[in-house]
Amino acid sequence: MDLIYPIPTLKHPKPQPAPFNVDTVREDFPILKELIRGKPLVYLDNSATSQKPLKVIETLNRYYRAENSNIHRGVHYLSMQATQAYEEARLKVRRFIHAASEKEIIYVRGTTEAINLVAHSFGRQFIKEGDEILVSAMEHHSNIVPWQLLCEQRGAVLKVIPMNEDGELLMDAYASLLTEKTKLVAVVHVSNSLGTVNPVKEIVRIAHSRGIPVLLDGAQAVPHIPIDVQDLDCDFYAFSGHKMYAPTGVGILYGKEKWLEQMPPYQGGGDMIRSVTFEKTTYNELPHKFEAGTPNIAGGIGLGAAIDYLNTIGLDKIAAYEHELLQYGTEELAKIPGLRLIGTAKEKAGALSFVLENVHPHDVGSFLDMEGIAIRTGHHCTQPVMHFFGIPATSRASLAFYNKKEEIDALACVIRRVREVFE
Amino acid sequence: MPEMRDLYQETILDHNKKPRNFRAMENATRKLEGFNPLCGDRLTIYLHIVSDRIEDISFEGNGCAISKSSASLMTTAIKGKTLAEAETLFNQFHAMVTTPLNQTPDVAQLGKLAVFSGVREFPARIKCAILPWHTLHAAIENKQELVTTE
Repeated sequence: MDLIYPIPTLKHPKPQPAPFNVDTVREDFPILKELIRGKPLVYLDNSATSQKPLKVIETLNRYYRAENSNIHRGVHYLSMQATQAYEEARLKVRRFIHAASEKEIIYVRGTTEAINLVAHSFGRQFIKEGDEILVSAMEHHSNIVPWQLLCEQRGAVLKVIPMNEDGELLMDAYASLLTEKTKLVAVVHVSNSLGTVNPVKEIVRIAHSRGIPVLLDGAQAVPHIPIDVQDLDCDFYAFSGHKMYAPTGVGILYGKEKWLEQMPPYQGGGDMIRSVTFEKTTYNELPHKFEAGTPNIAGGIGLGAAIDYLNTIGLDKIAAYEHELLQYGTEELAKIPGLRLIGTAKEKAGALSFVLENVHPHDVGSFLDMEGIAIRTGHHCTQPVMHFFGIPATSRASLAFYNKKEEIDALACVIRRVREVFE
Repeated sequence: MPEMRDLYQETILDHNKKPRNFRAMENATRKLEGFNPLCGDRLTIYLHIVSDRIEDISFEGNGCAISKSSASLMTTAIKGKTLAEAETLFNQFHAMVTTPLNQTPDVAQLGKLAVFSGVREFPARIKCAILPWHTLHAAIENKQELVTTE
């Protein structure tokens, strides 16, 4: 079925990325020129949210100055322009994650809403008393709590795939946890607090061999790793725009059409209906069935702009550079006496979590803040991970492709000074 | 521009490293747990109250240097005080750390506790400094539930 407003087919020539140069890409992010407490900003809190390139900022600016209008309902010029831009952004997302159809790309507020959508809608349709949902030991609270709520409602049971001391999932235990009662596996692609890249393709393959669908939380994966949902063969893939250089308040739920067709709407309202009478309402086609109310139009268009920007650099180049940076950071931090890295999986992306002997992470965070270095301290919305390692919190430096080795050096230098002060 | 030493003064570093009255209390007449869900700071305050006086006070727990030293300094300031005097000190401490930056906090009655006035430069850390005090305040009011800063 076509979209309500057909979008003219546009030719999108594959951009030819230039060789990666960190100083060049830094020019694209105005905030990196800011002084924080009189010192140049060293932004190492990218897992919380990434900074925005000028291209995204200007897209938002132009949208509100010259294009702002509501979508899917106006016959006037601006409304059609806005609709087209918003739907074009959906196509960009489809290509970015290699989905088979734009019907499978649902706009949401972010990863959390995407997972809640599946918990509500898939849960209502397919989860019954005594069924089991399987998550992993390293999930973000947003991939635990929605399932707990569902289990409570339905009398279903939440099971947990264990991990080892490096922060790697135990795959044998995983396979043995799958039973005829398991109705869904929901696993994080890249852990936000450990940086572990999980073998999600293998996880999907094993689940599918038993006919069980898989949801992947891709919030920390999309900024770092090229994603191909058809190759992964996952049934759902959830991610946020704001961690991949797009504005806050927009995210994506990818779902296989065969599931989305069977699932009831998540929220009711405008845009998600075909016709409404007091006796009977029929729902709109995919993806609009799941998009009630006026969405974050500027955010969606901004997400498209972020994807355009990432394509000009090339996600493979980004992944290669970030890997090098992560290796460097791992080596430099490991040299600091009394520092213990939390999350030492073989496959990692993005995050360097650590604890420092005799110094609480919040004190580390405040010292770094004084030097203009932004990191995250706390439990990172993964309290079960903290319990597993027997720690209240960690300090986490998280990377983006605009970070430099010099910034890692600055980080390591201040951590050494913190050690001295607390000696 | 605030300096790190405005926050981490020697007194604070000292009480963090060697917290005073840092122990469980077997004959406690009141015991209450305080929790800062943002940081994971968690501490338990023990009180031994005889008639109207805090004869003994101690604490245990896990937290950052600010919350730990604040708890430690609080116990030294509170020991031997009446409940009414402790409440007055709670109010004065609370007023000090929440005084806007463009005003001078009143530290006249606070003695060593005045070292925490620097925390005002670091809004994210005010909760760390005040957690033990909130827990004490709730214990004096004989509340039984976990105290949280959120």
